[in-house]
Amino acid sequence: MTLLSVNQMKTSIGQYHVLHDVTFDVPEGGVFVLLGRNGAGKTTTLRSIMGLWTPSANSVHFKGEDISGLHASDIARKGIAFVPENMGVFGGLTVEENLVLATAKGKFDATRLKRIYQLFPALEQFWTKQAWSLSGGQKQMLAVARAIIEPRALILIDEPTKGLAPSIIDAMAEAFLEIGETTTILLVEQNFNFAKRLGRDMAVIDDGRIVHTGTMAGFAADTALQEQLLSLSA
Amino acid sequence: MNQLSQTLERFGGVYLLPVFVALVAFVLIGAPSSWVTLTVAGLAMGMMIFLMASGLSLIFGLMDVLNFGHSAFISFGAFISASALAYMSGWLGSAHIGLNLLAIFLAFSAALAFGLVAGWFFEVVIIKPVYHDHLRQILITMGALIVSEQIILAVWGGSPITVQRPAFLEGSWLFGNVTVEIYRAFAFVLGLAVYIALFLVLKRTRIGLLIRAGVENREMVEALGFRIDRLFVGVFMVGSALAALGGAMWAGYETLITPALGGEMMIVVFIVVIIGGLGSVEGTLLGAIMVGLMANYIGFLAPKLALASNMLLMMAILLWRPSGLKPAVK
Amino acid sequence: MTQTTKSPKGALFIKGLVLTIGALLLFAPFLFQDTRSLEVAARICIFIVLVASYDLLIGYTGIVSFAHIMFFGFGAYGAAIALKEMGPGWDAVLLGAAGGLVVSIVVAIAVGLLSLRVKAIFFAMITLATASVALVLASQLSGFTGGEDGITYKAPDLFKTANKLMVDADGKVARLFGVKLNGKLAAYYFVFSTCLVLFILCLRMVASPLGTVLKAIRENEARAEAIGYRVVAYRTFVFCIAAVTASLAGSIYAVWLKYTGPDTALSFSIMIDILLMVVIGGMGTMYGAVIGAVLLVIAQYYLRDLMGVASEALHGVPFLPELFEPDRWLLWLGIIFILLVYFFPKGIAGTLWDKGARS
Repeated sequence: MTLLSVNQMKTSIGQYHVLHDVTFDVPEGGVFVLLGRNGAGKTTTLRSIMGLWTPSANSVHFKGEDISGLHASDIARKGIAFVPENMGVFGGLTVEENLVLATAKGKFDATRLKRIYQLFPALEQFWTKQAWSLSGGQKQMLAVARAIIEPRALILIDEPTKGLAPSIIDAMAEAFLEIGETTTILLVEQNFNFAKRLGRDMAVIDDGRIVHTGTMAGFAADTALQEQLLSLSA
Repeated sequence: MNQLSQTLERFGGVYLLPVFVALVAFVLIGAPSSWVTLTVAGLAMGMMIFLMASGLSLIFGLMDVLNFGHSAFISFGAFISASALAYMSGWLGSAHIGLNLLAIFLAFSAALAFGLVAGWFFEVVIIKPVYHDHLRQILITMGALIVSEQIILAVWGGSPITVQRPAFLEGSWLFGNVTVEIYRAFAFVLGLAVYIALFLVLKRTRIGLLIRAGVENREMVEALGFRIDRLFVGVFMVGSALAALGGAMWAGYETLITPALGGEMMIVVFIVVIIGGLGSVEGTLLGAIMVGLMANYIGFLAPKLALASNMLLMMAILLWRPSGLKPAVK
Repeated sequence: MTQTTKSPKGALFIKGLVLTIGALLLFAPFLFQDTRSLEVAARICIFIVLVASYDLLIGYTGIVSFAHIMFFGFGAYGAAIALKEMGPGWDAVLLGAAGGLVVSIVVAIAVGLLSLRVKAIFFAMITLATASVALVLASQLSGFTGGEDGITYKAPDLFKTANKLMVDADGKVARLFGVKLNGKLAAYYFVFSTCLVLFILCLRMVASPLGTVLKAIRENEARAEAIGYRVVAYRTFVFCIAAVTASLAGSIYAVWLKYTGPDTALSFSIMIDILLMVVIGGMGTMYGAVIGAVLLVIAQYYLRDLMGVASEALHGVPFLPELFEPDRWLLWLGIIFILLVYFFPKGIAGTLWDKGARS
């Protein structure tokens, strides 16, 4: 079943047309990966879905409902969480405050909190520390934890592996696979090896257009296609 | 050196700066009784300036809106409270402290109420159409300032107005050879109470959490499902009301006010928020206390320099820390 | 690119209007033969330069400075102090103007480098604080600046009203079309010609490659930086140019007025006037400076009279006479200003200019 459907989405930032024709469907469950070169429009796609940029009318449907044009806060309340590229962690707030802010009622659900502690033990350890003092990997964990502290239908994650050490990337992959069992993840990635481990379905964006959609297995097997769509020399 | 700075950090870091200034002033002034008087005056002044500046700082931090018309709230607060006190002058002179208190409470409430209403009007009518456009924002709020000043001139006239104080705040206490003006102590305590209230709201409540998060990253707060713009109207109203309260207290402190008051205070308020770091309440308090102390110490030590001292302080601090002493984490 | 597609109608009108104003100013002493009108004409000349140089900042570079009046004041006080100390002479004017210029450049560079790298809003606050300190200093250092009272002095002999430029057969001052050819006339043409030169220099600046770079920076700072323009250096440079122009205008005004004080050369209300003029005239157009300065100076001199009449007429109505009090003219200008920024952010010149394009 399709959870999120993006149909001929166009987005302009100021006077620049960044997205020309973005069309793809994210099925419910698992990790959907959006690949693309630097500047291809990956981040803009996520931000447009989240309502942080305004996409063209009638271009984004979530659970069958048109959400293009809604305010970001309303989109969030429909059950979409966003983990931006810079993680968007509130540095002046403690780990606890960062998480409590993301809850709907200002209180933690004990079982969800326990699950977060299991996924990211470091967060429990630094519970009362201000978030700016965390390492890059810990901040990324906090950002992801914030997205799953409430039940969500879809999590948008923008390049979570950027600048992280390989060991942390491994841990992150494990966590995503586990989260993906209950929640759908739309992941934007440049790190193809990381994406390959997680994705079931995928799409490739280039110059503001979706140029390929298919399964990750198929794409991983086709090195010529990878070369054509992702290599920097092309 | 590194160790020293770490030790300093543990004992309060930049918060030690006012203490350091006070110590240096103690040595330079030499006479302990004068020093105490000046320090109390400086702290009282600092707390009043803090009230005027805190709203400006938060409003900027949360929405990237700098209201050049902020000083209009200060002026209106001062004049409204002065008029209210004059109206209740019978109660002010009364030997009954209850009537005294009621009069000043009502006068300050009038200033606060005005600040809330005018703040709402300012935000919704004047500023909302020019969010995200700094140039027009500066121009429009400047225009609003011109209009407000003219309205004050039209209503209260251009000549200075004497502000009456309730009897129980007149005079001073004597401790040995140290004199402390009662109104200054009152201003300090009231300012401190407001600061503590503000601090508790920001640290202990969900609204406060949202404000602090919003100052850091507005977009992310929205992506978590909250409407910052609705929150912002509230912050703007409270910030304006605090400025009006600061103005009302300042009127009692100066006892003689002119329509130029707003303009003069605006410069001080700007310097305070630049020194303290925009968007942070602690930074604003620190900046305000620094400015208050410096103004009094230098006014005593080198009166000629007094008016330029704020500017010199600002330049020194900007050279040392370009984004202010205690900016909000961005 | 859009420039070429515009029908020149609106643009032609603006240019025609500006040329007409220029012609009126050129012949002002002959067209309006009373002292007050000549005062108004000279003030218009000075403010055209002051506003045009401010437009370089706000309109072409997108930075808001509240210190422009301070540079004007440096120039005015430089000339005033030199004329007072050295006596009326051209050497004093030159030395004073040069002194004011040097102070302006030094302060402009210091302020620019210290604060132009930060957000526009910080810059506005810092210039405001700096200008207020300059105002305070001017009134504090009374031995040097005359304090609140200002300085009165004599202009060079050529500009003395008693000076006869030409004499007729009887040895009296000669007249041309009924206008006395005396020192006052010479002074006016000194103001007019120097201001004309400064204004043309500003126009040239905007049309030069530098103007193009400035526009690029204003439109997209990050991109201009990426292309390789050193944004801070350019901004500081423009800030200095604007400061120099304002400073020279100040010196000229000091020579004309024969008096310099906080109210004529430093007060914040002049800064507000400049702001009103540039916004009402139209930011980023240069021609707007001319229109804005003319409108506001005339309003300052004559609107008050009109409001006095209105206030009289409303006598008896509660509160309204207060609002139409001649001193309240700024109230109405302030409201007009706000409405303009909302609905016609391009001001008179910019809006009319585009009008031709659409029709």
